[in-house]
Amino acid sequence: MSSLAQSQLRETFELNIGPQHPATHGVLRIKVVMDGEYIDRAEPILGYIHRMHEKMGENRTWNQFWPNMGRLDYLSAIAYNHCYAGLMERALGIVVPERAEYIRVITAELNRIQSHLLGFGAYIMDLGGFTPLMYAMDEREQILDLLESVTGSRLTYCYFRFGGVYNDIDDDFITGTRAFLKRFRPQIDLYHKLVTGNVILMDRLIGIGPLSPEICRKYGATGPVLRGSGINFDIRKNEPYSVYPELDFDIPVYHECDSMARYMVRMDEMGQSCRIIEQALNKLPEGPVMAEKVPKALKPPKGDYYYAVEAARGMFSMRTVSDGTNNSYRMRLRSPTYSNVSLFEEASRGMLLSDALAFLGSLDPVIPEMDR
Amino acid sequence: MSGYFKDIVTGLKSLVVGMQITNKEFFTKPITLQYPHQSVKMYPRYRGHIELVKDPETGRNRCICCGMCEKGCPSGCITVKSEKKPGVKGKVLTAYILNFTTCSLCGQCVENCKPEAINFSNEYNLASTRREDYIFDLLQKLHPEGVPEPEVDPELLKKEQEKEEAAKKAAAEKKAAAAKKEAAPKAPAKEGGESKAEEKS
Ligand code: SF4
Ligand code: SF4
Repeated sequence: MSSLAQSQLRETFELNIGPQHPATHGVLRIKVVMDGEYIDRAEPILGYIHRMHEKMGENRTWNQFWPNMGRLDYLSAIAYNHCYAGLMERALGIVVPERAEYIRVITAELNRIQSHLLGFGAYIMDLGGFTPLMYAMDEREQILDLLESVTGSRLTYCYFRFGGVYNDIDDDFITGTRAFLKRFRPQIDLYHKLVTGNVILMDRLIGIGPLSPEICRKYGATGPVLRGSGINFDIRKNEPYSVYPELDFDIPVYHECDSMARYMVRMDEMGQSCRIIEQALNKLPEGPVMAEKVPKALKPPKGDYYYAVEAARGMFSMRTVSDGTNNSYRMRLRSPTYSNVSLFEEASRGMLLSDALAFLGSLDPVIPEMDR
Repeated sequence: MSGYFKDIVTGLKSLVVGMQITNKEFFTKPITLQYPHQSVKMYPRYRGHIELVKDPETGRNRCICCGMCEKGCPSGCITVKSEKKPGVKGKVLTAYILNFTTCSLCGQCVENCKPEAINFSNEYNLASTRREDYIFDLLQKLHPEGVPEPEVDPELLKKEQEKEEAAKKAAAEKKAAAAKKEAAPKAPAKEGGESKAEEKS
């Protein structure tokens, strides 16, 4: 048989992963063309949870846009709060009291740990292991309790304000956080013993979903996905904001470029976040948590403003064009998962379906943030 | 072949290590709460739906009906209804409707309120299958046994009544004067005016 005839014989079929599927973390739909058990083409189809956040930013006043910040990436809402606060403080020239900045960093890092914990638990669940999720949820619940005691909410935080934070932290929170750190550090080792060392997990992750640094650059991947491919890029170090320059921490980078590397970056980041929180608690100054002169009617001067932060999934940045009125002329949100998942199409070509799901999980997507 | 055996050995090792942890956890105290019988601790800062604050001195709400909360709310879920009552300074709140189905618990209303008349409640047991159950009148919630009448300031009432009477008087005078004035030139102009009105209709 000639090669042409053979290729005509090659049968492909279409398969929908999602939008409702336990392994897709939300309403992500991936249309895959399968060649037997191998993926021929995979196309992520977005838009199932599109809510026009950018447009809302243009219709609402500056203050009214606050609750939207908790509803983009529901797992690291505080980092998103941080970005919006930073953006508007830059636009309005507000100087934030130091105590408020430290509180911001402490809460944002706690939020990052809980995000990675859920990412870890849910990832293992994607791969078929249920119990690690329960271990992760146990610790995550402690963090949610701590954050609830200061912010009043458990998931969709609306805690930051232009010029500071909504309310001050108390001694209970500080002692609670210290106790949590003490309890949590050994837990990370336990996760490594329980999960990372497991031979089944290693078989499913090592060498799976290779992402070369070039493809990461091409699609603008950030966060643990990029750092798992050997590129040391973290907004907290590369474009320092808030009080991060005063704190001593490392950026974990792995050069293996596979799913295991991305998984390990997240696990190591939890340890680094613990370090940041501990230092920030030690350095926490006294003073007010709200800048004194915040105008009631916000009207940032005409111009183009930009601010970026490192959220749990990568770089989140906002750009707004103000025309001097009380709402934005154009609000642009750059979310990390959108770029991280875009590379799925190219990277998953020729992959086994089961491997592709392990690969997709290692990107740790959060769908509402992708669709915005 | 040696790789095969190595795999078995490492596999067994990881199994033993993992099972050790599982076995240890098997004997620790469970952290699960049996919900309807036990419930988790609520924090004072927990954000439930908003509620009106009772002023401990007067036993009434502190709302001055300025409408700032209504204006600042991103979801437009607050409706403040107020009216002027004789002998009471400022406006009196007659209903404070919160549509909790669209509230995002952002806190803009609480921040916007100058007299600190609203705050977050601690209520979280709100399960219901009907949407109407989430439209609260916070004033009714604050005074479930009936909204007390606002305190009437007799001096203010007197002043107001005087003012009203004076205004009435002035209006009556004005009307009389206008009638007088109109009476003279009205007669000839009347016809034309009426026909015009008829044409229009
Ligand atoms: S802002 Fe406060 S005082 Fe004004 S209407 Fe609302 S609750 Fe009443
Ligand atoms: S908390 Fe926010 S959404 Fe809810 S009533 Fe107040 S301003 Fe409106």
